[in-house]
Amino acid sequence: MKRYVVLIAYRPGEWEQASAEERREYFDAHHAFERYVDEHGRRLSSGALCDADTATTVHPGRSDERVVTDGPFVELAEQVGGYYDVELPDLDAAIAAARLMPAAYTVEIRPVMVIEGYESV
Amino acid sequence: MTPDEVLSAVVRDEWGRLVALLLGRFRRLDLVEDALADATEAAARRWPGDGVPDDPAAWLHVAARRRVLDRLRAEAMAGRKQPLLVDEAERTTGGGAMADPGGLVEDDRLRLVLLCCHPALAPEVAAALALRLVVGVTTADIARLFLVPEPTMAARITRGKKKIVAAGIPYGVPGADALPDRLATVAQVAYLAFTAGYAPGSGPDLLRADLAGEAVRLVRVTLALRPDEPVLRALLALVLLQHSRRDARVGPDGSLVLLPDQDRSRWHHDEVHEALAVLDGMPPAADPLVESYRLQALIGAAHATAPTAGDTRWDVVCDAYDALARVNPSPAVRLAAAVAVAERDGPEAGLRALDGLDAELPTSHRVPAVRGELLARIGRDAEAVVALDVAIDRCGNDVERAHLAARRDGLTAG
Repeated sequence: MKRYVVLIAYRPGEWEQASAEERREYFDAHHAFERYVDEHGRRLSSGALCDADTATTVHPGRSDERVVTDGPFVELAEQVGGYYDVELPDLDAAIAAARLMPAAYTVEIRPVMVIEGYESV
Repeated sequence: MTPDEVLSAVVRDEWGRLVALLLGRFRRLDLVEDALADATEAAARRWPGDGVPDDPAAWLHVAARRRVLDRLRAEAMAGRKQPLLVDEAERTTGGGAMADPGGLVEDDRLRLVLLCCHPALAPEVAAALALRLVVGVTTADIARLFLVPEPTMAARITRGKKKIVAAGIPYGVPGADALPDRLATVAQVAYLAFTAGYAPGSGPDLLRADLAGEAVRLVRVTLALRPDEPVLRALLALVLLQHSRRDARVGPDGSLVLLPDQDRSRWHHDEVHEALAVLDGMPPAADPLVESYRLQALIGAAHATAPTAGDTRWDVVCDAYDALARVNPSPAVRLAAAVAVAERDGPEAGLRALDGLDAELPTSHRVPAVRGELLARIGRDAEAVVALDVAIDRCGNDVERAHLAARRDGLTAG
């Protein structure tokens, strides 16, 4: 099994403007994705993120000082709006799962790396 | 055959099978290619003195396997654990049933082709990987084919192998429902590699047609694994017809010889016949990619079967271009169609067919080159010279530019 983080990008405001019926389609598509993952692997965690304008970024400062700013670390037309952390057999399975997501999404599949010698506390 | 010739032949014919065998056993994409390259080097050193082994492919296989095992032992001692390719055994719950079981070795080679030509790899990365791993072309030759420095190509191949392992691109054959799409990707990758051999470089190395031949081999290898796949059959016909003209395209002084002026006795007629046999009885396809390859092959066939340029069935060519423009409405297709229309209906009709193409291909030297040629044919020499000057200015290839300049100078001298 391989571990992937599936990042969901969407246009800000799309969800707010969605009608009740459109929201149901979003839910159905997410359910289809989740069912696929459960059948072929497993879900580790997931989350829908608040809009990027609620983000706070902590930057490396000039010296040791860290700088705190309002907003996300990159400003793009599309923002990361949610993620799934999953285990699936391979990239083909991850692509097949991602195809089930709502059509408005751009979905990025990132393999999770194992860092040798590092153990989480 | 000398030991060197035996070695080249075994590398050419068996490389992909050996890579597939070793990958199936060890699943270490990073080690297998290096081990096989080392084994080939050892063979080049030892066979001239020791004599050629009875089974040269088996010798390479054993030598490469030994090298992989040495590396694995060294890694085990150092306590390192490298990521493995994801293979079928782990996918029992994944992407559906196998398309068909088939022979074990053939299946391994198909897996290798599909691994290299996965849609998650950029096409130019996939093409380089497929040429290196499936047909055993050297990194230096792949670099020459794609007109990049060798270290750039080596880095591209390394990056591709890393992505395959890190992203978990499976070493397997997808279910029957997904296989046609994957084979269409293979076809596109192979055609990209083929056309790279005919893309004029910016230097004197106009054609790298010998290297385009390696892409033809990639098509053949894949077609041998899936002999009924329409996209592969149509592509084989297309590349064979284009490739059959390679020797006639370059004059004795290295200049470009255009289709009407080519010595047709220098075409590879055996390849033409093979392509015609493949095309024969291939019905129009609903799939746009298959149909686009088939129509381009039909156009190639119309040229290949004309005893002289004057005998060309331009009506057949124009019909095929019309159909192609419906499947693939690109400016490049319309430009080629305009040339065919000029041949069928005369230069004025060709000039009218060029209308609007300048806006769509604003940096191409081909639109003004064709316009200049057509204007010259109807005696509008002054306008022809203006158009050819634009073409010469835009053309990035020495040999092609020399050809355009010669045409222009012929007009100004007369």
